[in-house]
Amino acid sequence: MKNFKVFNTENKISWCPGCGDYSILQALKEALFELDLQPNNTMIVSGIGQAAKTPQYVNANSFNSLHGRALPPALGIHMANPDLNIFVTSGDGDTYGEGGNHFIHNIRRNPNIVHLVYNNRIYGLTKGQSSPTTDLGMITSSQLDGHKTPPINPLTLALTLGAGFVARGYAHHRDHLKALIKAAYHYKGYAIIDIMQPCPSFNKKNTPEWYESNTYYLENHDEKDFNLAYNLATHVNEHIPLGILYRVEKNTFLERLDHIHTPLLKRQVQQKDLELLLDEFL
Amino acid sequence: MKYNILIGGAAGQGMNTITKLLSKALKRHGYYVFVNTVYMSRIRGGHNYFQIRFSDQPLHTHENSIDVLFALNQETLDLHQRRLKENGIIIADEDLKFDPKEFALPIKKISKAIGNKKAENMILLGGLIKLFNLDYDIFTDLVSKSIKKDLSSNKEALKQGYDSLKPKFLFIGKQRDDNMLINGNTAIGLGAIAAGLGVFSAYPMTPAASIMNYLTHQQKKMGIIVEQAEDEIAAIHIALGASSAGVRAMTASSGGGLSLMVEALGLTAITETPLVITDVMRPGPATGLPTKTGQGDLSFLLTASQDELPRMIIAPRDPEDAYYQTIRAFDLADKYQLPVIVLSDQYLADSQKTIPLLNTKVEINQYLSKDQAVELPYERYKITPSGVSPRLIPGLSEYPIIADNHEHDGFGKISEDPVNRTNMHLKRLQKLRSLEADLQEPHYFGDENPDIVLIGFGSTEGALIETIETYSGQKKIGALVFGDVYPLPTQKLIKYKDKILINVELNATGQFSRLIRMETGIHCTESILKFDGLQINAEDILEVLHEKF
Ligand SMILES: Cc1ncc(C[n+]2csc(CCOP(=O)(O)OP(=O)(O)O)c2C)c(N)n1
Repeated sequence: MKNFKVFNTENKISWCPGCGDYSILQALKEALFELDLQPNNTMIVSGIGQAAKTPQYVNANSFNSLHGRALPPALGIHMANPDLNIFVTSGDGDTYGEGGNHFIHNIRRNPNIVHLVYNNRIYGLTKGQSSPTTDLGMITSSQLDGHKTPPINPLTLALTLGAGFVARGYAHHRDHLKALIKAAYHYKGYAIIDIMQPCPSFNKKNTPEWYESNTYYLENHDEKDFNLAYNLATHVNEHIPLGILYRVEKNTFLERLDHIHTPLLKRQVQQKDLELLLDEFL
Repeated sequence: MKYNILIGGAAGQGMNTITKLLSKALKRHGYYVFVNTVYMSRIRGGHNYFQIRFSDQPLHTHENSIDVLFALNQETLDLHQRRLKENGIIIADEDLKFDPKEFALPIKKISKAIGNKKAENMILLGGLIKLFNLDYDIFTDLVSKSIKKDLSSNKEALKQGYDSLKPKFLFIGKQRDDNMLINGNTAIGLGAIAAGLGVFSAYPMTPAASIMNYLTHQQKKMGIIVEQAEDEIAAIHIALGASSAGVRAMTASSGGGLSLMVEALGLTAITETPLVITDVMRPGPATGLPTKTGQGDLSFLLTASQDELPRMIIAPRDPEDAYYQTIRAFDLADKYQLPVIVLSDQYLADSQKTIPLLNTKVEINQYLSKDQAVELPYERYKITPSGVSPRLIPGLSEYPIIADNHEHDGFGKISEDPVNRTNMHLKRLQKLRSLEADLQEPHYFGDENPDIVLIGFGSTEGALIETIETYSGQKKIGALVFGDVYPLPTQKLIKYKDKILINVELNATGQFSRLIRMETGIHCTESILKFDGLQINAEDILEVLHEKF
């Protein structure tokens, strides 16, 4: 099979009709194929949520972790075997809510991982409660007279924490998204793509029409300009830029561990070294 | 011969240094040494003390009564003087209040004359070397190797202290020294390295943190990754990820951290990933007593998780056991693809003991399968009689490997089918039955046909051995000390079921006796329970025994 279908599985997809997840899944599979990756050298890691079901729909290695816990096992897998190409696929609740602490600290670590956040600004799986990115005032199943707490802005947060690859995609613009995923893959380090995504079942505000009239493609953009990137990232409700907001080189997690020369998976323990360890106790 | 020395003072007064020097020097003289540490959760000040016991006979635990009280401040004298044996002696500065002053040292005067106030501990140490008639050269050698700052004034302090006292105890000649001196936490770290550890991730928490400290110091030499995680939730999931990708991994914490890790026990079990988790217990609940000891986490860890899952719990009994059991924990985690908890405590963590040289030749088997060896289509979670399925590692196989924490079928595909669920749940629990073949029965000490059997687990072994050795009552006595606590090995226990069974534990509700009752229906007749944060020892146990029997 010489197309993305090598990444298909036979598992029945359980997303709602019209969900943005379909489009993201398709963009991901096409990107994997065009990047010439194989099911056995690709690793999809997720937490729990609708978005986090993605691994079941991609024929590749996968680790489906607990709610909020996609990044830590992804890091562990990366430590053990950096030859695996790791893609984390999780929702806004999974990443910015339950997994918020891991999100913060993984940016500091900068492991070579691609992170796709399916940001529908709502909790899909649990039926429509507000998420960390739900807009102030939006009525949700858990905030009956409107959400009272302002949202976090994941991309300004990522930028201030020192993320080196920060991008924004839109689920239904699949080719554009695919190009972002490929660029994220080629980036050496932690690459986050916050993917804006309609949720036809529970988010009646941020609809496809709403996104069409409030987004635009970044063009002739200086990807190294931090202040500009920060400014662009603040736009989440109108004039929302789609594309790579920021891309600069940074030392990665494993580059900083200068004593690790071969993947841990291939490491051999020397008997002599073990015996030397006993000296200090004699 | 057997001596017990207490070194006490405020944190920061250099007790750590002299304890290290003295214990190592005593070991090099060929003595058996046992050092335990009682400290407060402070960096400076507070009252801390070390007890160094040494003998020409093996030692297993600490002792309450003191032969030599080695005081760096008045508080130490006030707190511990009453524990002095009849002809016990006190070494301290001449200006402090104590009686008799036969071994008073002009510490302040000497340190002033030398011009190094920080060398007061060395003056005391010098005095002690003379007192016990020890080999001065062994000490100067150790001091030269371990003291980096102001070496000459420290040596001068040692010399002047040495010259200020007269010998009191007879040095009984140098014996063969083929032992090593190590504490429980370091032994766990060392065991993990010997077992081929690749990733250690943890969040610092007393009294587990010294495992991470030890591994951090070895990481460059050994080419491993030691990661300080953002919290214990991340710590365990990082280790789990590494293990799922084929590298041996461990995390460690105390009860508070284990509380945060609980959700991942379920994840480990349902993804059938091997994982070693160390809990170094301290008294709780919540923050409790950070630097003290206890055995209160047992019940919690027996059942902690969503629903039911296979797990193993091993409680090491001394530093030597801690080393070998850690290696075994890795082996069994891999063999049965489940979480193995190494259940230690502050006492074992911080107590140093002379033990035979550890064997570092470890056969490592991760029990992995090969593409050519598996039945096709490959089922990572295939139902087998043992409950263990052939394991391939992602990236090392031509097949993609799926790990999913929903209930799944043999391929890892999510399934809500009730029949599949039942079979999968039973398959995982079946590992507990299979594991029985690898269980180790408890150690037994004492009379072959006892009237009384003391029952304990983990670090109380030393206290139980010395109890058996020194009990002078009318009854015949023995002790059963468990290392494997879950699944519970029961063959030996059943042999003693009609004896007077006394469980000795460091918790208030007799958690281990409850486990025994649950698993076997056997009731303990009496309990000796201590939960004040301090380790129980032979004297404490004997007091109860001699009163009752
Ligand atoms: C510990 C824990 N708490 C809560 C849940 C329930 N839960 C599952 S997914 C989810 C939120 C899903 O939202 P998001 O991550 O945005 O993903 P989406 O379903 O919208 O794609 C919640 C609250 C859980 N599975 N585990």
